[in-house]
Amino acid sequence: MVPITTLHYLVVAAALFVLGVIGVLTRRNVVIVLMSIELILNAVNLNLVAFSRLYGLHGQVFAIFVITDAAAEAAVGLGILIAFFRNKETVNVDEVDLLKW
Amino acid sequence: MQPVATTFFFYFLAAVTVLSGVLVITRRNPVHSALALILALLGQAGLYLMLYAPFVAGVQIILYAGGIMVLFLFVIMLVSIEKSQKEEQFNNMWIVGLLAALALGALFIGVYVKGRDLFAGREVALPEQSNTQQIAILLYGNYMFAFEIASLLLLVAIIGAVVMAKKRI
Repeated sequence: MVPITTLHYLVVAAALFVLGVIGVLTRRNVVIVLMSIELILNAVNLNLVAFSRLYGLHGQVFAIFVITDAAAEAAVGLGILIAFFRNKETVNVDEVDLLKW
Repeated sequence: MQPVATTFFFYFLAAVTVLSGVLVITRRNPVHSALALILALLGQAGLYLMLYAPFVAGVQIILYAGGIMVLFLFVIMLVSIEKSQKEEQFNNMWIVGLLAALALGALFIGVYVKGRDLFAGREVALPEQSNTQQIAILLYGNYMFAFEIASLLLLVAIIGAVVMAKKRI
């Protein structure tokens, strides 16, 4: 039986990252795009924690900072989404063109 | 030598996480996506536990699955989702985005397979009982300044979210 190594965790994290990138690039709903960004941040966190088993606890501390970042990003992103919905009555990213001319 | 249960739980949790991730990006209803994302976060917390990171696993469950996802569900409740569910869910360049993302994934896997000898068999068992203490020592010692900056970042995010969501200041 193959023992579970760091490589296994890295592959899982890469799969999550790719799923997040697919969500960001293909979906039209802003809420789901924000959720895909959360998936990407989580993939990075999984990498950090997996590497912390090799190089000491610094990776886990950094993962906590990334979670803090994710909370700030979600709060501001959802605030922007509410402001956008109030102006345009839609949640499609295609129609976010207020700064285009 | 690892016990058999380690292998079983790793593949179980990895499957839960990745399949929930697929559900997140394919569901039409954003509420279903949010629930699938909660499941993915819980599976990932299990993976953290397997990596001897109980504190990060707890933070993941309390802060992510408990806090951020409630925020998401609240916003889904505030914006109307009936109209967007009837529309096309994927943009018209979706095939390009899918191919680009898959190429990125292939690049990751290629690099990992090529460089796997760099971190093969170097795993050390971290101290499990004193994990939280060790993280606290690092957080309030080496990373004191970054910790303070993080609190400032959260303050800015609170003010930013209020300013964005308020109708008139």
